[in-house]
Amino acid sequence: MNGNQAAALAVKLSRAQVVCAYPITPQTSLVENIAEMWARGNFPGEYVSVESEYSALSYLIGAAYAGARTFTATSSQGLAYMHELLHWASGARLPIVMVNVNRTLGAPWSLEPDQRDSLSQRDTGWIQLYCSDVQEIMDTVIVAFRLAEEVKIPCMVIYDGFSLSHTYEAVQLLRQEQADLFLNPPPKSALIHPSRPQTVQPVTDYRYMARVVQAGHRAMMQVPGRLGEIDRLFAEIFGRKYSLAEETNFGNAETIFVAAGAMAQTVKSFLPLLDGGEEKNGLLRLRLFKPLPEEEIVSILNKPFIKKLVVLDRNLSMGIGGVFAQEIKALLQGTGFRGQIFELNLAGGIDLTLDLLRRGMERINAWQDGEEKIIWGVDL
Amino acid sequence: MDNIPAIVETLVGRFPQQEYMYGGHNACPGCGAALAVRYMMKALQDKAVIVIPASCWSIISGVNPLRCLETVVLHCPFPAAAAVGSGIKKGLEAVGDLHTHVVVLAGDGGTFDIGIQGLSGAAERNEDILFVCYDNEAYMNTGMQKSSATPYGSVSTTTPPPRIKQNPKKDIMKIMAAHQIPYAATATIAFPEDLLAKVRRAMEVRGFRFLHILTPCPQGWGSPVEKTVELSRLAVQTCVFPLFEIEDGRRYRLTFCPDGPVPLENYFRLQKRFSSLDREQVELARESVNYCWEELRRKASVL
Repeated sequence: MNGNQAAALAVKLSRAQVVCAYPITPQTSLVENIAEMWARGNFPGEYVSVESEYSALSYLIGAAYAGARTFTATSSQGLAYMHELLHWASGARLPIVMVNVNRTLGAPWSLEPDQRDSLSQRDTGWIQLYCSDVQEIMDTVIVAFRLAEEVKIPCMVIYDGFSLSHTYEAVQLLRQEQADLFLNPPPKSALIHPSRPQTVQPVTDYRYMARVVQAGHRAMMQVPGRLGEIDRLFAEIFGRKYSLAEETNFGNAETIFVAAGAMAQTVKSFLPLLDGGEEKNGLLRLRLFKPLPEEEIVSILNKPFIKKLVVLDRNLSMGIGGVFAQEIKALLQGTGFRGQIFELNLAGGIDLTLDLLRRGMERINAWQDGEEKIIWGVDL
Repeated sequence: MDNIPAIVETLVGRFPQQEYMYGGHNACPGCGAALAVRYMMKALQDKAVIVIPASCWSIISGVNPLRCLETVVLHCPFPAAAAVGSGIKKGLEAVGDLHTHVVVLAGDGGTFDIGIQGLSGAAERNEDILFVCYDNEAYMNTGMQKSSATPYGSVSTTTPPPRIKQNPKKDIMKIMAAHQIPYAATATIAFPEDLLAKVRRAMEVRGFRFLHILTPCPQGWGSPVEKTVELSRLAVQTCVFPLFEIEDGRRYRLTFCPDGPVPLENYFRLQKRFSSLDREQVELARESVNYCWEELRRKASVL
C-alpha cells in the first residue's frame, strides 16, 4: 500500500472518534480513504468534511475540548492556514494527531516535497515525527496517539509528498487486537458538562500565561523519554523497533549525513556506493524532530573520528540556511564536536539522486576555508 | 401586534426569575450584550455549553480566574467559533453525551466578518448547534472599528468623518436563509419575552440554528447608558431591526409588527455615531430601511 493508505488504516485501528479534514494534494487520498471506510460503515468514528483547513483544526479543538480522540491531515498551504490554531491546540494541551504530507509552500505554486510547511510550524508547540517509509507511517500514526495522549501535546506525523504518500511498498499490517493492546480505549466520558461550570482558556494575565508556556516546555522535554518507553512497548507488541534518532555507522565513519523523511532512506541505500563505502560514510536519521532528542543525537555525532557532517535539508530558512542544519549546529554547541558541518540544500523539493549526492560530496571534499558551507543542490 | 406567537404570550408576566448570569461581570454600563446573554441563559439554563470567540464577551465572561456564567464557557480563536462549536457537539456525541446543547456566542465581527466562512460551512453542513450573534454593529471590544454589520452613515474609528460608512450593513439574515437552515430568528433586548421564546424554540429544533440579537452599545453608539433598552425598542419600531423568524430558509414570520413606524430620526437622534448625517443621507437611510421592511413583509405575507 502507499503512505496515505497506511496512515488512513492506522487512524482506523487507533479508533479515532472524530476525523475532520479538508482535501489538499498530496494528502487527498488519505482523507478519501477514511471517507470511503466511513461511508461503508467500516470506520469506528465520525468523519466530517469541512470547508477549510482552518475549520478542520477548529473542529478538532472543539471535539478535543469535549474529550474525544481526534485526527486530521493536511499539506503545505493547508498547514500554514491552520497556523494560529496549531498554537491554540498546544496551548490548550489537546492531544490532537495530525498527518502533514510535506509539500512546497507557494509562491509560486509547486507540488514538490519541500519541508518548509512543517518546519515553519516548528515553534507552535507540536511534537513532530518524520517518517522514512510506508511501514513507519502506519506505525507512527498509532504511536502518535499514544504519545499525544500521555503527554497531552498535539502530535504531527510527517512524510514526503508523493515519494511516500503515493509510493507503494510492502507493509506488515497492524492487527486491531494489537492496536487495542497498545492504545488506551477511546474516551467514553465528556470532559465538560454544564452541571460542572468552568471556563476553558479564558483571558488571562502574563503570570498565568508564563506558567502555561513553561508547563508546555516542560511537558515537551519529557517527550524523548516517554517516546522511548512507547517505542519499547511498540516493539514488544508489534515486533518492530524504532529509536529516537537512528544511527547507521558500521565502522568509524568520517562523514555522517543527517537527514529526515524519505531522503534519509535514500541516503542509507547510497552509503555503500559512495567513496569509502559504509566504512567511511554513516547516517543520522532524524525521526523525532520536535523536540530533538539531544542526548541521543550528541552521542551519535560527537565522536572523535567524525570529520564531516553533511546535513541534507529539503527546506530553507532564508537568511540562515537549512532548518535541520541550524538545529544540529545549536545542539552541538559546547559539546566539543570538532568536525566541519556542511549543508547540502535541496530546498524547492529537489530529488536526491546518487549522482547529485556524489557531485555534492565532490564540492564538499574540495571545500576551502572561506567558502560558503551551503552546497546548493540547484547548482549541482 | 396580531401575530405574536403563543409561546411569547405565555411568558408575559411570567418571565423566569432564576438567574444563570452573576453580577461582577466585566460589561460596560448600559451594555446590551450583557442583557441579551442574561435573558438567553434563562432559556438555556443548565442545558448548554457556551463557545465564545474573540469579542466583548471574551472579557465580559470574566478574566481568569473569575467567571459570571453558571455553565461551561469555552473560548476559541476569532474566526473559529462555528467550527469549534460544531466540533464540541460532535465530540460530546462521540463520548456519549447526546443531550448537551452547544451555543456559540459571537459578536458581529465573529459572525459577519472574520467568522463568516466557518459560519457558512457549519450552516451548510447543518451542524447541530445554536449560533447566536450579539450584534453591536462594530468592533466594540477594541474601541469601535467598523465591521460589515456597521450601518450606513455610522462614524467609527476606522470610518471617521467625513469618510463615514458608505455601504449598507450586510444582510446576515438573508445569508443565513440562503443556507436553508431549520431555524433563524432576530431578537433584541427590549423584547425579552420574544428573545426568550426564540431561544427556547431554537432549542427544540435539531440542526443549525441562528439567532441575530441587536445589542445597543452606549460606548460605541455614543448613547446615554440609560437609553440602551429604549434604543433597542426604537430599532424595532423604526423597522431598522424587525423581529422575525425564518424556518428552513423559506417560511418567514414577523413576531412584532409596529402599528405605524416611528420616524428614523427618533432612533438616530439618541446616537452620536449618526451625528454626521445630513438631511440627504438620512433620506437615503430611510429609503433603505423602507425597502427592506416592505420586502420582509412580502416574504412574511403580511402585505
